[in-house]
Amino acid sequence: MVSPARNGTRPVERGPADAVWAPQGRYEQVREGLRAYRMIAAMWIRSTMAYRASFAMTAFGNFAATALDFAAILLMFSQVDRLGGYSLPEVAFLYGVSGTAFGFADLAFGSMDRLGRRVRDGTLDTLLVRPAPVLAQVAADRFALRRLGRITQGLLVLGYAVAVLDVSWTPLKVLMIPLMLLSGGVIFAAVFVGGAAFQFVAQDASEVQNSFTYGGSTLLQYPPTVFATELLRGVTFVFPIAFVNWLPALYVLGRPYPLDLPTWVAFAPPLVAAVCCVPAGLAWRAGLRSYRSTGS
Amino acid sequence: MDNEDADLILLDRVEKVFEVRRRTGFLRAERRQVRAVDSLSFSVRRGEMVGYIGPNGAGKSTTVKMLTGILTPSGGRLRVAGIDPSRERTRLARRIGVVFGQRTTLWWDLPLIDSYRLMHRMYRIPDGRYRENLDRCVELLDLGDLLDVPVRQLSLGQRMRGDIAAALLHDPEVLYLDEPTIGLDVISKARVREFLRDLNAERGTTVLLTTHDLTDIEQLCRRVMVIDHGRLVYDGSPAGLHEVGESERTLVVDLERELPPIEAEPARVVKVEGPRQWLAFPASESAAPLVARIAARYPLVDLSVREPDIEAVISRMYAGRAVS
Ligand SMILES: Nc1ncnc2c1ncn2[C@@H]1O[C@H](COP(=O)(O)OP(=O)(O)OP(=O)(O)O)[C@@H](O)[C@H]1O
Ligand SMILES: [Mg+2]
Repeated sequence: MVSPARNGTRPVERGPADAVWAPQGRYEQVREGLRAYRMIAAMWIRSTMAYRASFAMTAFGNFAATALDFAAILLMFSQVDRLGGYSLPEVAFLYGVSGTAFGFADLAFGSMDRLGRRVRDGTLDTLLVRPAPVLAQVAADRFALRRLGRITQGLLVLGYAVAVLDVSWTPLKVLMIPLMLLSGGVIFAAVFVGGAAFQFVAQDASEVQNSFTYGGSTLLQYPPTVFATELLRGVTFVFPIAFVNWLPALYVLGRPYPLDLPTWVAFAPPLVAAVCCVPAGLAWRAGLRSYRSTGS
Repeated sequence: MDNEDADLILLDRVEKVFEVRRRTGFLRAERRQVRAVDSLSFSVRRGEMVGYIGPNGAGKSTTVKMLTGILTPSGGRLRVAGIDPSRERTRLARRIGVVFGQRTTLWWDLPLIDSYRLMHRMYRIPDGRYRENLDRCVELLDLGDLLDVPVRQLSLGQRMRGDIAAALLHDPEVLYLDEPTIGLDVISKARVREFLRDLNAERGTTVLLTTHDLTDIEQLCRRVMVIDHGRLVYDGSPAGLHEVGESERTLVVDLERELPPIEAEPARVVKVEGPRQWLAFPASESAAPLVARIAARYPLVDLSVREPDIEAVISRMYAGRAVS
């Protein structure tokens, strides 16, 4: 190999072609983050696809494990006709929306519960020296398509519910479904990020995070009527996951929300989702700022 | 960016204080401050290759972490290529390369080449440049057979070479190496040293090197900084360390027969083994007059001068600081 550098001392020249590119502003930063996420995720996909059989098995395992959740509900309905006043298709609807929305967030941010370990052993250092937002790098780490299993299962249950539900579908109600899935995904994603930020402070907090994410999504799979009002208030006003499916779904199903709220809150999920991103983002930044590496 | 070209790295009374909390009882903790870096000032010019040494816990890694933006200084001013590292960490990342001997920046579970491909895109390295740099690293660091091996299966030395290559694909202006030769065998060490020397000489890459292996310093650096308790205690040539450290050279004399210890000021005999005697004399003294004097009075067969052991110099220096 003969590189031009061999012809004597030559400091690296920086022509316009490889001028140092630097992102400016919030928008660019988000774009950089998405770009890095795509690249890292693509690399992980490529590497898991090298072992197709193993991928198929883990994806199926993921599907089956989540399907067990629904099997539990089916089992319950083999004993009773109604659960908190809700029929099986109605509960399936709640389940499908919550499960799918959670699946999206889990697919995109599910790796973040490993952050605590990185903080504790100091390996986060290595992400900090790369020219890409740390959040994107942490989230895309070990990107696992097998998590599509959860989404598939959620969508199947949702499909079943939509097919058998006794609802007079209006265009608005139909539109509500993608709206709920997307907003719900974003709300859960904010929970994932907020939980990860907490791991900067308490490095063993991935259990706490899991109880909010997985726990939250399980909660939403049941009708709100089976829970106490205090809890409903909590998940509506404080930790607003009620906007993932309960509030909008009750509009679709034509049922009243137990907390006596105006009907328009059913359309609030996109707004709530956007608002949720703010504290999550701030918490993340505060967490990252508090990072102080390790002594070795 | 005024004097960026003159001083690529600039530290002005930089401090880093860690708050450490120690449990003293149930629910009770005691706060203590560790001053890891204490009013540290130095600058490194473009193209320099500087050794950065000091005993364990001196603050070397902490300094490197501040220079990369991983840690924010508690006080003072820090600039690398005109950039404040902790405030514009991502922008700086494109212009620096970092190798942590203790941990890898590669993706642990993926083949080496995957990490490189990702860096290629992440750093937006032009294709031609990437090819050229990768080929060069693969050749000089002997990575050819390792490219398809998952990083976790690489031996320490192999991984270290892989890491060094990864840090250089994007043509960084500065390369920080925190103990890059830790745990390497003699051959790997030599290869890494040669590579770094070439890099510095041919590409003009500025290198800051932390190490406990003083041979690294002797073979690579014309400038060495010694830090202890977070403070700079020496900044100059490796040779200059001898004067500071009051080091001694050794004259090994082979006589015709066994004789009583040689008397020749200012040298003193430190060891006698049959007809062979070892004499220590200050490194600052010239050897020639001493040899002449001995040759005039003793039946000489052979002699040789041993340069002072930098290792010994440094350890005296560290020890001296510890008691003061
Ligand atoms: N993240 C941290 N939290 C608390 N204290 C720290 C942290 N990092 C370093 N220290 C302390 O700061 C001091 C300097 O540590 P540093 O790692 O910079 O030393 P070093 O010169 O690299 O040592 P070594 O040669 O052992 O690698 C030590 O007393 C260490 O305990
Ligand atoms: Mg260190």
